[in-house]
Amino acid sequence: MDRIPILKMGDCLLVTIQVDMHDELAMSLQEDLTAQIARHASRGVLIDISSLEIVDSFIGRMLANIAAMSRVLDAQTVLTGMQPAVAITLVELGMSLPGIKTALNVERGMALLREFMGNDAESEEDDGSEE
Amino acid sequence: MSAFQEIVRAHEKAILSGWLNEMSTSTRRKDLINDADFKSQATELLRLVTDASQSSSDVQSEAFSATRTFLKEITKARMDMGFSPAEISMFVLSLKQPVFKALRDALKDNDAELIDEIWLSNTLIDKIGMLTVDTAVGFRELTIARQQEEMLELSTPVVKLWDGVLALPLIGTLDSARTQVVMESLLSAIVETNSQVAIIDITGVPTVDTLVAQHLIKTITAARLMGADCYLSGIRPAIAQTIVHLGIDLVDIQTKAKLSDAFALALTRMGKTIVSTKTATVNNSQKAKEL
Repeated sequence: MDRIPILKMGDCLLVTIQVDMHDELAMSLQEDLTAQIARHASRGVLIDISSLEIVDSFIGRMLANIAAMSRVLDAQTVLTGMQPAVAITLVELGMSLPGIKTALNVERGMALLREFMGNDAESEEDDGSEE
Repeated sequence: MSAFQEIVRAHEKAILSGWLNEMSTSTRRKDLINDADFKSQATELLRLVTDASQSSSDVQSEAFSATRTFLKEITKARMDMGFSPAEISMFVLSLKQPVFKALRDALKDNDAELIDEIWLSNTLIDKIGMLTVDTAVGFRELTIARQQEEMLELSTPVVKLWDGVLALPLIGTLDSARTQVVMESLLSAIVETNSQVAIIDITGVPTVDTLVAQHLIKTITAARLMGADCYLSGIRPAIAQTIVHLGIDLVDIQTKAKLSDAFALALTRMGKTIVSTKTATVNNSQKAKEL
């Protein structure tokens, strides 16, 4: 069965969805991603869906789930490159994905992630200096 | 239809002159079309109908395709000239009298056949007349649809205020169809210009009810999903009151009273400020970009 590749970039995990998502693929991505976050202790997850042209409520819910699970594992999820048609569909389905950060493209998404992780790192450094 | 066809062939000249005569008293518009064109169109139509009726009496059949094409052409041409649909159909319907006259002259000894032939030709001419009305109305509807489309396009301009800042000044009432266009044009503009902030200005929207608010919230949410911040500006005091009275929840949406306020906020969020380069002469102050 096909699997969606998950790339590790330092503290972040990079997932680019290049094929049509079907339900099984989405489920396996969810499992793989949570396993990878736990294994590498990643702090950020970037999911690029710029080639995704069709979504349904299941995929929408799956994206929201991935974001929630990542948060539990202390990783911030950023969703990038959503197509206008996909955005309209999700809104019409009533899924506004409130917990997910979004960015227009991967570049902006990485900047956003760095910002979050930078903030975290600073606070940790502060903690360290105090000790 | 053989009798009809033979009789029309034999009396073609008489029918044609009778037809032209009939039209000159009823629907002839000398101000819109000249005699020569008119006569040639009438001759051509009569010839096509006679030929086609040889094999079929159904105007939708293959035999009548040349007739239909010709009728469509002259209907369109006449609509452009300023004829009304009624006048165009009268052009065809006025063929009845001379045809009936020719049939009566030819079949005066056989009453039963005369009635049959009159009935057949009557139905045929009626159907052809309907065809012109259909074409004329279809033509009008096409024009209306095109104009509606143009109005939708015109009424939703997306303007770029700054690098990465888009504005969408909405004017007029928002309905579902328009919201769809607004949403699509805004989202595609966000992708094209790679913008981080979009400002929807509703100064020109006369009333905001729950439906309009719903549409606005949808648009803003869709923009957020794409990764752009979306602000709502141009909310007049009366509309602010309406929104609260209706219990519309705009808590998750950044709102500003004026477009300028929203623009200032957008610049701040992007880490940009506007400074005046001239301190003393306030009249001629310029905008400058600073990091």
